[in-house]
Amino acid sequence: MTNQSQFEIRGVHATVAGFEILRGVDLTLGGGEVHAVMGPNGCGKSTLSHTLMGRPDYTVTAGSATIDGVELLGTPTYRRAQAGLFLAMQYPVEIPGVRVGDLVAAALTARGSEPSETRLNLEAERLAVRDEFLTRGVNDEFSGGEKKRVETLQLAMLQPKFAILDEIDSGLDVDALRDVARRVVAMTQEDGLGVLAITHYARLLEELKPDFIHVMMAGRIVASGGPEIADRLEAVGYEGLAKELGVTELTVNKPVASGKFEDPTIAANPFADPFA
Amino acid sequence: MQQFSVDAARALGGPDWLVARRVAAAEAITTAELPTTVEEVWRYSRIGELDLNRFRPVPVEELNEPGDERAPGGGPWALEVGAHAGMLVVRDGRVVRHELDPSLEAQGVRVCDIATCGVDADVQAAFGSVVADGADYFTDLNDAFTPGGALIWIPDNVVIADPIVVLHWCEGDGEVSFPRTLVRMGRNSEATVLERFGSPSTDHLVDAVAELIVGDNAQLRYLSIQEHGSKTWHIGLQRAHLGRDAHLKTAAVALGGDYARLRAEARLDAPGAESEMVAVYFGDQNQMLDFRTLQDHVAPRTRSDLLFKGAVEDTATSVYSGMIRLREDAQKAEAYQTNRNLVLTKGASAESIPNLEILANDVKCSHGSTVGPIDDEQRYYLESRGIAPQDAERLIVLGFFDDVFARLPHGGLVGRLRKTVIDKIDRGVGV
Repeated sequence: MTNQSQFEIRGVHATVAGFEILRGVDLTLGGGEVHAVMGPNGCGKSTLSHTLMGRPDYTVTAGSATIDGVELLGTPTYRRAQAGLFLAMQYPVEIPGVRVGDLVAAALTARGSEPSETRLNLEAERLAVRDEFLTRGVNDEFSGGEKKRVETLQLAMLQPKFAILDEIDSGLDVDALRDVARRVVAMTQEDGLGVLAITHYARLLEELKPDFIHVMMAGRIVASGGPEIADRLEAVGYEGLAKELGVTELTVNKPVASGKFEDPTIAANPFADPFA
Repeated sequence: MQQFSVDAARALGGPDWLVARRVAAAEAITTAELPTTVEEVWRYSRIGELDLNRFRPVPVEELNEPGDERAPGGGPWALEVGAHAGMLVVRDGRVVRHELDPSLEAQGVRVCDIATCGVDADVQAAFGSVVADGADYFTDLNDAFTPGGALIWIPDNVVIADPIVVLHWCEGDGEVSFPRTLVRMGRNSEATVLERFGSPSTDHLVDAVAELIVGDNAQLRYLSIQEHGSKTWHIGLQRAHLGRDAHLKTAAVALGGDYARLRAEARLDAPGAESEMVAVYFGDQNQMLDFRTLQDHVAPRTRSDLLFKGAVEDTATSVYSGMIRLREDAQKAEAYQTNRNLVLTKGASAESIPNLEILANDVKCSHGSTVGPIDDEQRYYLESRGIAPQDAERLIVLGFFDDVFARLPHGGLVGRLRKTVIDKIDRGVGV
């Protein structure tokens, strides 16, 4: 199923601690579509996801991002969520004492929906999330796989128009990756969810089968196309592709920020072979 | 200070043994000075603001007789605590009503007013025995002017399922009251005691003392809840002595008052004794909530655990100062202490001072404390789900407290206490 929803990202520039990371990002997503954004560590992928979600220490200096005409940039994070955006985080934070069930109920209430325990239990079953995780604090001593299953559970419960999956494949074993990806694919087909999957591994693509693949380097989308782009990347790697495209900068060599919101992907080795 | 003279103490009347104690304490007071913040145990406190001259003891004629049922709080509060085995209603420090399940009375349990229920030599000896060591000004003052107090006396081998509740209402404007509680658990006995303090918004000083004696192999669960009005001052001492294999769980919930202080201490006198102390506190507006704790290990193979969690907002302050003392003979003892504080607004502040005094060499001991705002990442995570900032803050603060709420010895009031916390969060001015 597709629907008429549109997520339009136009010329987004953003800085973190005064350093420009995003240097003009353009993307258009339709409801029911799956887009993948790939790129080397340090290219600004995660910054894109947090900029769109409105993390407080990320400053947008230019551009626009709208869902069905509603401008997100410049509005508080919770408004963006209520406008239909969801971010499955790469590193979901632990919140002891706040139960997953309570969080989901509060989030549903906030968007004017009725909390439903029946639906929560059903979704938990679909995603193989054991009951105990619904009554434990959010992500509190969850394994990597449990965290990503619960991120996906929240996504399924909140039924946004568009979801950004920020490296949802990191820290997942094969079974969990398959469960999570299948649930996401079902949402695109059944509910018209539009997906922006950020990854630097090809493994996720095999499960998600994106309609569009975008390659990001140094804070810009440098190539867009179909699955053939992933095949080309597999063959020549990011550096090879950059040469073919005539792109000289792969990453934004940002000084490592010392603030609380340090982006861990920036600090990682930007030249590591993503398919190694 | 005329109102705290020896004659004034003597005039309170009652049994001779009590009058003799009062007179001795009043004599001690006449030469004593109010403590100052120079003393470590009063550091960071607001003791310097206290002008004792402004307060007069609640006079005899205003104390009323036992059986006076005008005490506010007895009714709705008694309903809120649900099923109970016994109840004492205390107004301005005077027990005005007491009741006890007759079957427990038949087993020798006593729940009554120390001043009027004809206590024997054992009770007389127990009264004051726990706080005698290192008594301070306010303990002496309480000794000199307490009208009597709540006696909860559990004989050996008696096990009581439902709680015994003590409901304190302190209301006299410009007055000081002296609530007093003595809980004595005989060998192998078990009970839960709930003390609840409240006041209207009157200029009132409460000087409270609670003594807990937990006999060999006895188990006491003790919960004190402080919900005073916004002008009330509360200076409380709660001290316990534990026998062999005795188990004590104390919990404090402090939400009210202008300046409210609790000194909570447990002395582990014999091997196998275990103490668990937890607390929840939330200060807002201009409140100061002040805690001094002592986990005092005298004997070997004793164990203590402490978890105090608090939040402050607006211009409120909190103080937590905790001492773990492991004495020479306390080999193989284990002692743990954790204090965590959320500072919700810029004008609020929390002090956390953990202390260790270890004189034994074969012990396990740890302590930790944190003071800080709500974690930005947690807030962002919840907001990314569409939860508005104020709702996110409420969820995080309640989540922060929930492990302590879950450990309260009497769960029946948790819903109501959480509601008070929610009201405080929602009233807060925000960051």
